[in-house]
Parts: sequence; C-alpha cells; structure tokens
Amino acid sequence: MSRRHFLKAGGALLVAIPLVPLVPLIPLTGAAGAAGAAGAETPAAGAGAGLPKRADPKSLDAWLAIHEDNTATVFIGKVELGQGNSTTLLQIAADELDLDLAQMSAARIDTAHSQNQGATVSSSSIQTAGPPLRAAAAQAREALLQRASVQLGLPVASLTVEGGIVRGGGRQVSYGQLIGKGRFELAVTDKVSLKPASARRLVGQRVARRDIPAKVNGTYEFVQHVRVPGMLHARVVRPRGQGAYGTIPRVVSVDATALAAIPGARVLRQRDFLVVVAPRQWDAVRAADALKVQWDMPARLVGDGQLHQRLRSAPTTDRVMVNEGDAVAALAAAETVVAGRFDGPYQAHGSFAPSCAVAQVDDGQWLVHCSTQDVFALRERIASVLEVDTARVQVRYVEGSGCFGHNGADDAAIAAALASRLAGAPVRLQFTRADELGWDNMGPAHVGEMRLCAGRDGRIAGYEYHGWHHGWMIEETAEQMALGREARELAVGPGSLYVNRFDAGGMYRIPNWRLVNHAVSGLSGYLKGANLRAPMDLQYSFASEQLVDELALKLDIDPVEFRRRNVVNARWGGTLEAVARSSGWQPRTAAPVRTGPRLAGRGVALGTHRASMAAAVAEVAVDRASGEVRVLHVHVAMDCGLAINPAVVESQISGMAIQATSRMLCEEVRFDERQVTSLDWVSYPVLRFAAHPKVTAIVVPQPDEPSLGAGEEAIPAVGAAIANAFFDATGVRMHVYPLTPERVRRALA
Amino acid sequence: MKLNVNGRAHDVDADPAMPLLYALADDLGLRGPRLGCGLAQCGSCSVLVDGREMRACVTPLSAIGHREVTTLEGLPGLHARSGRAPTVSGLHPVQEAFIAEQAPQCGYCFNGIAIKAAELLAADPSPTEARVRAALDGHLCRCGTYPRILAAVMRASTAMAGGAR
Ligand code: FES
Ligand code: FES
Repeated sequence: MSRRHFLKAGGALLVAIPLVPLVPLIPLTGAAGAAGAAGAETPAAGAGAGLPKRADPKSLDAWLAIHEDNTATVFIGKVELGQGNSTTLLQIAADELDLDLAQMSAARIDTAHSQNQGATVSSSSIQTAGPPLRAAAAQAREALLQRASVQLGLPVASLTVEGGIVRGGGRQVSYGQLIGKGRFELAVTDKVSLKPASARRLVGQRVARRDIPAKVNGTYEFVQHVRVPGMLHARVVRPRGQGAYGTIPRVVSVDATALAAIPGARVLRQRDFLVVVAPRQWDAVRAADALKVQWDMPARLVGDGQLHQRLRSAPTTDRVMVNEGDAVAALAAAETVVAGRFDGPYQAHGSFAPSCAVAQVDDGQWLVHCSTQDVFALRERIASVLEVDTARVQVRYVEGSGCFGHNGADDAAIAAALASRLAGAPVRLQFTRADELGWDNMGPAHVGEMRLCAGRDGRIAGYEYHGWHHGWMIEETAEQMALGREARELAVGPGSLYVNRFDAGGMYRIPNWRLVNHAVSGLSGYLKGANLRAPMDLQYSFASEQLVDELALKLDIDPVEFRRRNVVNARWGGTLEAVARSSGWQPRTAAPVRTGPRLAGRGVALGTHRASMAAAVAEVAVDRASGEVRVLHVHVAMDCGLAINPAVVESQISGMAIQATSRMLCEEVRFDERQVTSLDWVSYPVLRFAAHPKVTAIVVPQPDEPSLGAGEEAIPAVGAAIANAFFDATGVRMHVYPLTPERVRRALA
Repeated sequence: MKLNVNGRAHDVDADPAMPLLYALADDLGLRGPRLGCGLAQCGSCSVLVDGREMRACVTPLSAIGHREVTTLEGLPGLHARSGRAPTVSGLHPVQEAFIAEQAPQCGYCFNGIAIKAAELLAADPSPTEARVRAALDGHLCRCGTYPRILAAVMRASTAMAGGAR
C-alpha cells in the first residue's frame, strides 16, 4: 500500500504525524493579495488567483499574509466541519499578531494554495495545527515590529501594538503600511517567543463563531449550493445498498427506454459505474428512477443476525497491543473477577445532507468542489482515477453538513469527476439519502471480551481485553465500479484501528494489563468500514466501563468512588470530580427500587479518544412495558487542556452527548446477506428532537496545559454512562447496543 | 407557471409534478431550502406555504398554486410584516436567537429548524418546552444541536412575547 493510501484511509492516525509536504514544492510566486483579504469566505477566482501557488510550510508566507489594508489572511489546512475551526484557529493567530478578530480571515482550503496539513480528523486541528500557526503569527509580529523599529527609529522594546497599529514615540504605523504589497520572505523559525498566558486577549475567550450568522440567514454556501455554468445534474445509479466490501456489483443489463421522455437525460457508463445526467436536477432524479438496471450482486454478506458470532469465530490476525505485568496470572489469582462479552453494531455517519460534488475540466485542468476531509489525498485519488497528472487536478473544499468521519464526500467527488469526463461537461453530482446511508463507510462492528479483577482495597489488579473487528476500506465505491479496482483493506497500523490503550483501561492505573487485537479480514463478507467519530472508542468503552461498574458493584463500592481510587492521574480525577459535582452524585445508601412501570437510574463513565479526558453522568428512565429508554439529562466534563474557545468546546460536548445518546439508543445498520437495508431515517432511526436529553457541559479549566482535540471523547463516556444507568435502573446488564425498545423488552422479559 | 416566493412573483418553466424544492434551489437560486432526504423525513427542505410548514422535497409545484411560499430568506420580511417589534439585527427573532445561543454546528439543518420554529411561534408565541419538543420532532439535526435549538426557541419566544405587549 502506498503511503498516500495509508494516510488517506487511515485518516485518524494522523495525529502524531508532523506536517510533511507530500507534494513536490514549487516556489511561491505572485503576491498574496486582496483576494483572500475581503472576508472569510471570499472564493478566489479561478485557481486561487492572487494567492500563493503552493504552500511550503517552511516559508512564513505560507502561513499567513498581511495586506495593505491592515488585515490578515491565514492559510490553514484544516477544514471547517461545523466544529468551529475557522474561528478558533483565527483566535490563536490574532492573539499572537495583536490583531482584532475582525481583521482576520482564513483562506478557503484548496489544493491550489493551502498547506497540506493532512486530513481534518481525530479532532486534531487545534492540537496539531494550532501550535505552528501560533508560532508563525508570533514570528510575523516580530518581523513587523523590526520593520516598525527601523521606520520609527525606536527600539522594538519601546513599541506597542493594538489592532495592527504599532505605536511609539508619539507616532504610529500600521502593519499594512509596513508590509505594503510585499511579503515576509522569511523562513519559518522555531526561535520565536510566544506571548505569555497573561497577555492573551482572544485565546480562552468565548468568542462568537464567525460562520454562524451566514448559516442562520441563508447566505452560507454549502457544497450543495455550488453551481457552475453549463453544468449538468447527475445521480449515480447503484444497487440500493452496498453488498460485501470488495465484491463489485456488476451491471447485467441496462434498459434506458423510459429516459427518452425525459428532456436531455442521458445514461453514462464506465464498466459498472452508472450515472444519469440531465440539464435539470429534477430530470436527473426522474431518470435515475426510470432507468432499469439488472445487477449481479452475489449474496456474500454475513447478515446482521449472524454478525457478531461470525466476527468472533472468524480467522484472525492477532496482535498483543499491551502486555504489562501478568494479567492472566493476576486474574487467575484474584478473588473478585468480572467478565463479559459486549457487542457493538455497525453504525453509519448518517450525515444530515447527502454528499455532493461539482467537477469541471477546463483546458485539461480539473477543478472539483467537494467537502472532503483531506483535499490533498483526494486530489491524488482523483488524478489516479482519471489517469491524469496530479498537477492537473485541483480540489477545493466547500463545507457540507457535518461528516463525523469518512462519509460519502470522497466517493461523491470521485463520482462527479468521472461523470464530468463521461458527459464532457461540468457536472454536479448529488447523492440521494439512500446512496449516502446505503453506501456509507460504516463504523465497524465489534466484539469485545473482557475480564477485570480488583483486590479487597478496591484497586484494579488485572485487566484483559480481546477485541474482534475488521479494518477500514481504501477504495471508494465509484472507483471500484468504474475501474474494477481490487478492493484493499486498511487493517494494519497504529491508532484507532486496533484495540488500544486509550479507552481500554488507559484512564486507570492497572498493574497487570493485557490488550489483544484480533483482526478479522474485512474482505470476507463485511461492510465498508471507516473512521466514524470517536473511532472504536464507544465499542471499547461500552465493554470496559460496564465491567468497571460491575466490579465496583461486586466490591460494594460506589462507582464514582471506585473510579476515584483507580484513575491514573490527577487530570482524570479532576474530570471525574467535575462531573460528579455537576450531577450532585451521592453514593447510594440503599438498593435502588426497581418496581413500577417506569424505572429510573443513573450511571457514570469515563472516556477518551487519544488525548482529552471526558467523564459523564447520565440519568435515564426505562419504560418497562414499551422497552423505551429515555435519557433525561447528561452531564459531561471534559479536560482538553487550554480551551481556545470554551463556548465552542461546550457546543462540541453538547453535540457529542446527543450523538452518543443516539448511537447508544437507536443506531444500527441493518443488512441481509445481499445488501444494506438501512436506507433512510426510518430504516436507520436516529435520536429525534422530542427525546433529546438535557445536557450540562463542563469544560475543566486548564489554562496552562497544551490544547488537545475536543471532538470525540464525550462519545465513549456518554455512551457507557447510559449503559451503566440502564443497569442501575433495571438491574439488567446490556451486552449489545443500541438499546432499542425491542431489545430492551426482550432483556427485561 | 407562477410562484409567489418571499413576497415576489416568479415565472418558473417546469414540470408541474416537479417538487417545489428544485424550483426554489435551481430556478430561483435560493440557498435556504435544501435537500436532506427527499422523503419528508428530516425537514431540511422545509418552507412555509401560507404560513404552514411544508416539505418542499415532496410537494409538487402543482399543489402550491398561488399560495405564498416563505423560505429562510423570507423570514425577516415575514417578521417585519407581523406587526411585532422589530429585532435589532433585522432578522426573524428565531434567527437572532440561534445566533445568540450559537446554536448551529454545521448549520445545514437550520433551514428547516428556523422555518418550523417560526411557524410554531406565530401560532403560539409562548410555547412550553414540551410543545417546542413536539413541534420540532419532525426535524433532525445530526450534529446534535437540539439542546441549543430548544434554548434558542425559548429565547425567541421571550423576545417576541416582550415585543408583542
Ligand atoms: S429533504 Fe425534505 S424532508 Fe428531508
Ligand atoms: S447543525 Fe449539523 S445537522 Fe444540524
């Protein structure tokens, strides 16, 4: 597997990988001009006109530009996915630059001028892109002050800056005047002094997000809004719901007779890749419906009924991930041991808006508008599919609806490029709801078997976890169907793909700890897998945090107290205390009452992704007769180091609490032996408005700690807290989720 | 055929069976109503037709006739004509409240949410939380912004009740 493929499919692995330029660097040409200065959403005309051609991260000009009008543009490589990146990264830069937020904008992310900072995954934007951007901003300020010092004839130390106006000796000069039409022409250095915490004006503040007004008044441009002249509308035509990954559905016959009545409708085909195009969107919709295709789609899936047994008994490639002390011996010797098997379903990204992309070619130069998480990796992928040089493909990011990982965005972009080439015209390709859900790259299903023991002192003595699941897809569906490319699986690599030390015990001090990953081949009858927000973390925490509760119960120790005794460090402890305080947690003095039609319970759990720490308390009500579980209130505390914008972090926490509730109660991809049958919001139910819990989000203040990602950790904490609350309410331990009414009725019967 | 949208008459040359959504998005170039499911399941495409929320993705043009269609873009005007106190921003009070509560994440679902909330508050300017929950239950938000939407609608209701005195 090539490095690019690895990076692309293994998006969430990128956290620790430094910013490596993966493309040949072309010297910067042309001045950064006003194109990027006139507001955050100024689309550069053509191929990034007026912006640096390609970003060499070693050059200061690649990070930011100061314009004559005393504004600044930062060139960040992290996309806005609705998580507030576009505001928080500007806060960081503005603070070091001594500019106001209103003077700052971020250039659109486009392979033509952006930096290659890798995929926007793993909630890593602030963690990985923040520090170098901050350093670049500090260096730019230093350089500007040196120029000011020369111009004003005063030592740098005697100058002050506010809003980009440098003052000293009763005179002033603006950054814009100092830089004029020029550029910094400096190599990035790490020898810059950063502002002390006491001088922060914007970092740590609850600054309003810049994208929200346009999102509320209807002027915001989503990728679904992009229109280009001469454009045709396209829909892919595929079987309704994917089959086994790696088994390409074959076209047996196509009957387009009915399309004759639809104005301008055409069917285009490359091998088994079928699209219909028409000048009007409605006609493309009708044409897709009217086209009769007979597919050869062998029944090669395991089917959802057999799924977990099949995973558990499949041939595997095993790898010991953690082996500290002797967990097997500790468990054999222990008096108090708990054990269990816990199953997690396939879950879909289920993006609210089906993916969409617009592709056009002009004089051999391709431009693809789409909402990929990684414009650079996708550019290479599209180039390889079109069999053109990478330099001939430009990928421009335009926001879609929240993606929560590797959803259909890249598949749609590749499909749009293929359709445009086949049609010989610009194409806007819009997935349907069934395309998006039925052909999504699912968060893989999981089987976890775990044993846990503690001594009489209530300290964990041994922990053993075995996990079974397959890896992630590499080939997008459009390219498989168009090129007949053999599908491969991303099954090896560090990070979220494997049972790992983060959610499988990492928050506790464990003297004897053993984690074993049992990798199942994803090419043996399973769905396309990919990173879904908090990849695998929820699966692990569902098992691990439930057994931690069970052990506490066996030892007759309050579950918060048990965790308090076992957490690995003070930050985990502080996060736990914060949530216990918020929820008013009190140890039970009597056994819970479990009679009557409506049972109430509360549960606690810890969760992480790789870095930040989250703790949750959930309060639930269970209707015994209907089996309906209602989550009434979720408290979540998170320690993510210095929160650049606590309001944005709270918003993330709140969203995660709702998503985790949805994933724990509702979400499960259904499929038979032939294909996925979850194709809409009825067959893939998600949490709706009326049933949503109240959320109390707490950001644990850590002004002196480095900022960490904050977009995943609450998911495993909240999900497991709900499972523990369910047990508290009912006295019944759930070993599989989601906790649907039907499943709950069966469990309580 | 003629379409009355946001207080203006438009000529649209289209199949009467075509859902209203495509006319609004493609012929009129409006960004408010947008595709989410095409199945009347999510509320992404919602508009007001004579003040009632309807799913533009499944409503054929022929069913609209001369009735007045209001999209997200038309909410400020709708409020201005309601006789209620104007907002500081000039937006509809629910839009203003969404900003005040920093409610959206990706924001894609907020078209339908704003439309439904506007419909609700026009009928009941002081709804209970339970009523808001029930009214918005046909609208999904995958980013999980429900709590902030609820807070925003309650805030807008307070603002509108204050203004209507
Ligand atoms: S797009 Fe119309 S209800 Fe979903
Ligand atoms: S804000 Fe993203 S779907 Fe609602």
